[in-house]
Amino acid sequence: MGYKNATRSLTKVIEMKNITKKFGDFVALDSVNLDIFKGKVHALLGENGAGKSTLMNILYGLYYSTSGEIFINGEKVNITNPNIAIEHGIGMVHQHFMLIKPFTVAQNIILGREPISKMSVLNMKKALKDVKEISERYGLYVDPNAKIEDISVSMQQRVEILKALYRGAEILILDEPTAVLTPQEIIELIQIIKNLTKEGKSIILISHKLKEIKEAADFCMIIRRGKHIDTVVVSETTEEELASKMVGREVSFVVDKKDKKAGDEIFSIKDLVVKDNRNIITVDKLNLSVKKGEILGLAGIDGNGQTELLEAITGLRKIESGEIKINGNDITNKTPFQIINNKIAHIPEDRQKRGLVLDFDISENTILENYYKKPFSKKGILQYNNINVYANELIDKFDIRPKKASKMARTLSGGNQQKVIVAREITNDPDLLIAAQPTRGLDVGAIEFVHKSLIEQRDNEKAVLLISFELDEVMNVSDRIAVIYEGKIVGIVDAKDAEVEKLGLMMAGGGNK
Amino acid sequence: MKLNWKELRKTIYIFATEKTVGFTLISIFLGLVVGAIFLTAAGFNPFQAYGIILRGIFSKPSYISYTIIRATPLILTGLSIAFAFKTGLFNIGAEGQFIIGSVVATATGYFLHLPLLIHIPVVIISAVLAAGIWGGLAGYFKAKFGVHEVISTIMLNWVALYFQNFLIYTEGFQKPGGETSYSIQPTANMMILKTWKQSAAGREWLLQHPFWKDLLRTPANWGFIIAIIMAVLVWFVLNKTALGYRLRAVGFNRFAAEYGGINVNKNMIISMFIAGALAGLAGALQVVGVSHKVTLIAAMEGYGFDGIAVALIANSNALGCILAGLLFGALKYGGAKIQPFMQAPSEVVSIVIGSIVFFISIPRLIKLILSRKNKKGGTK
Ligand SMILES: Nc1ncnc2c1ncn2[C@@H]1O[C@H](COP(=O)(O)OP(=O)(O)OP(=O)(O)O)[C@@H](O)[C@H]1O
Ligand SMILES: [Mg+2]
Repeated sequence: MGYKNATRSLTKVIEMKNITKKFGDFVALDSVNLDIFKGKVHALLGENGAGKSTLMNILYGLYYSTSGEIFINGEKVNITNPNIAIEHGIGMVHQHFMLIKPFTVAQNIILGREPISKMSVLNMKKALKDVKEISERYGLYVDPNAKIEDISVSMQQRVEILKALYRGAEILILDEPTAVLTPQEIIELIQIIKNLTKEGKSIILISHKLKEIKEAADFCMIIRRGKHIDTVVVSETTEEELASKMVGREVSFVVDKKDKKAGDEIFSIKDLVVKDNRNIITVDKLNLSVKKGEILGLAGIDGNGQTELLEAITGLRKIESGEIKINGNDITNKTPFQIINNKIAHIPEDRQKRGLVLDFDISENTILENYYKKPFSKKGILQYNNINVYANELIDKFDIRPKKASKMARTLSGGNQQKVIVAREITNDPDLLIAAQPTRGLDVGAIEFVHKSLIEQRDNEKAVLLISFELDEVMNVSDRIAVIYEGKIVGIVDAKDAEVEKLGLMMAGGGNK
Repeated sequence: MKLNWKELRKTIYIFATEKTVGFTLISIFLGLVVGAIFLTAAGFNPFQAYGIILRGIFSKPSYISYTIIRATPLILTGLSIAFAFKTGLFNIGAEGQFIIGSVVATATGYFLHLPLLIHIPVVIISAVLAAGIWGGLAGYFKAKFGVHEVISTIMLNWVALYFQNFLIYTEGFQKPGGETSYSIQPTANMMILKTWKQSAAGREWLLQHPFWKDLLRTPANWGFIIAIIMAVLVWFVLNKTALGYRLRAVGFNRFAAEYGGINVNKNMIISMFIAGALAGLAGALQVVGVSHKVTLIAAMEGYGFDGIAVALIANSNALGCILAGLLFGALKYGGAKIQPFMQAPSEVVSIVIGSIVFFISIPRLIKLILSRKNKKGGTK
């Protein structure tokens, strides 16, 4: 039928016309057009750094376009800051949430639009009632009295959505909402999106996951390097077609992996006990070992001790009891410095908190663990020439965009930030690589590349510990899969014999010990 | 003549929001405007006042020399604060570190008897080390007990102040009959051409060369050169060395630094040590170059606090501290002259400086003002 015909009878709520955005002399968006129709889900698809977030930040008034026009319901508007966007019924949920942690859910939702009774007193009763009403209408269940710091990431995301709706959003922008969600939570979010469109809301959904786009979106716009490539009707296309349009070449979805016999055990954890921030035991007498030349996948539902386990291994969290060894050396409660020198590298879960110094440029970030070593430093003086050569090697090899070593990490797109970390850690050539959500926020092409790199490590007789919420990823890349539940390993299976249902059951605590 | 106001505004906007140097210049300009408003409101002609200030800074060699002498300690305390700031710490303690530096310099300058070329370095190095330890103490408290450096440095400021006053009342150090210490030995005096200036030949020569006579009337000393060298050194350490890399990483994101194997606690102590050393150097130079002794102080003298303003104006840039320190020194020295010449309150200078800092600290206000106007004008 085609996009033109499919949209002929629909109401256009937003029209972005010839949007161009330059950062200095770098063109992030080049004359892009985007139409949004009432009650429809519009996906934005594009490689890392294509300009998706930038386009949405312009619509939400966080950036101002270099040239171009925006029309809302046919009327030309000039959106210079988010308040104006909100007035026009636009809401945005950022990938990094902007909630006030010590406040309750309800307080966060009404912030800035508090209902006031006579005598200008905050009318909390009405606030609670309003919040309850919206959350029931769209199936966005939350506990209005819980504090933000005590609720899960997916609940926080719901709060962000509710906040936008409370402010009267008719058009909702979701920037990579599923990157931080578990598979189950993704299913729930897609249901919520459907409820919203049923009520006439329009959704703009940014995602790298083609499956979700197929499932949730009506239309999909594809951008490549700031240019509009095509807009398609999702039901008339396939995942493969979307992927090749986005990357400009065929993408393979199957992970190419030779059979291989694992070597000797190189890394072991014995009876590990670790407490979390609230002083509760979250890793509980855990045992695990990884062999040379194998990828061990760790599957589990978020919050079963994975974070604490990783922090304990890498020296970022105190170990109560137990023992961790690599190459026969005891690294229990050693400093991160000593652990790095024992040839352990770590792609951290939280890239902005741990993985990068956002105010360093790309080149400075590539030497985070090695800045004091030759050839990056000589006699304590940094050798910028050598550092730049090295950074440019990583930029080329890992396709970090833009190809500019002096670009601040803060101004990189989310996916390219992740690539910098992955590049740095893999290039350190560790004996054990701990990869936590290594492909979070990456486009399909980049995911393919990271998977290949992990497998290359394994083929070079190194060990890899892969932690991921994406069961597909764990099953495709790993050699063995360990399931963690309530701080214990409840089962280990060979990846070749793994079945989704069985793993799912073990992750929920119904394991066969 | 029709000025294209819209274009101009756009240029200012870009200048003010995207170029930090431009933004600083605009803030300085706005600060002067605020000062002018106050002067006008108080019934004085602001142009006349600013004219007096300018002449008071530039019209004689000795004025310029005094301005530089005034600026020298401010450049160094500014550097101290900027350095700490670049590494994520807020050093309110430059005041106390300055005091420790000047007390130790006076003590070593008075009690030790050493040859000329050795005495000054010994005085300066011991003062700098002592002040460095004083600063490092705050870093240690933070690393060991989690005491915020703002709290501990404020406390250490008072300890330093009373320590100095205590010493001044100590026999052997107190100059009999005065509330000051003895003066340092001549071998520890860093004034330029000090002995020659007073010799017969020197006086003869100076009489024939009025420019130099006027210039050397002041306690001109090598302190300014040392301050400039320190600014370059600080810039070099921060940006070009592995130590600087470590310190900046801790300052920007201590979690990432920790993850990368950098010892966050140790680097906080090092950073506070260096910050303290810089402020201590300011105190030491003040003693060997200008005051030659310490006196009883009733309240903080403000070298450290003015340093905060200098660091802010310089945007924590080491080389910017030289310019900001000079600006500050000039305003303070030249500004004092509007009182005798036109009976205008010299506090206006404090208002100007305060406003500059205010505008610099709130870049968003300037952005907001300009963007509001842009909006009203509409965009094409
Ligand atoms: N503030 C900025 N200054 C300079 N360049 C920027 C800035 N913000 C974004 N960019 C650049 O613009 C380009 C587009 O970035 P954007 O964040 O829109 O990408 P994206 O499509 O959302 O990618 P991702 O999938 O990785 O999130 C990138 O090359 C990025 O480096
Ligand atoms: Mg993005």
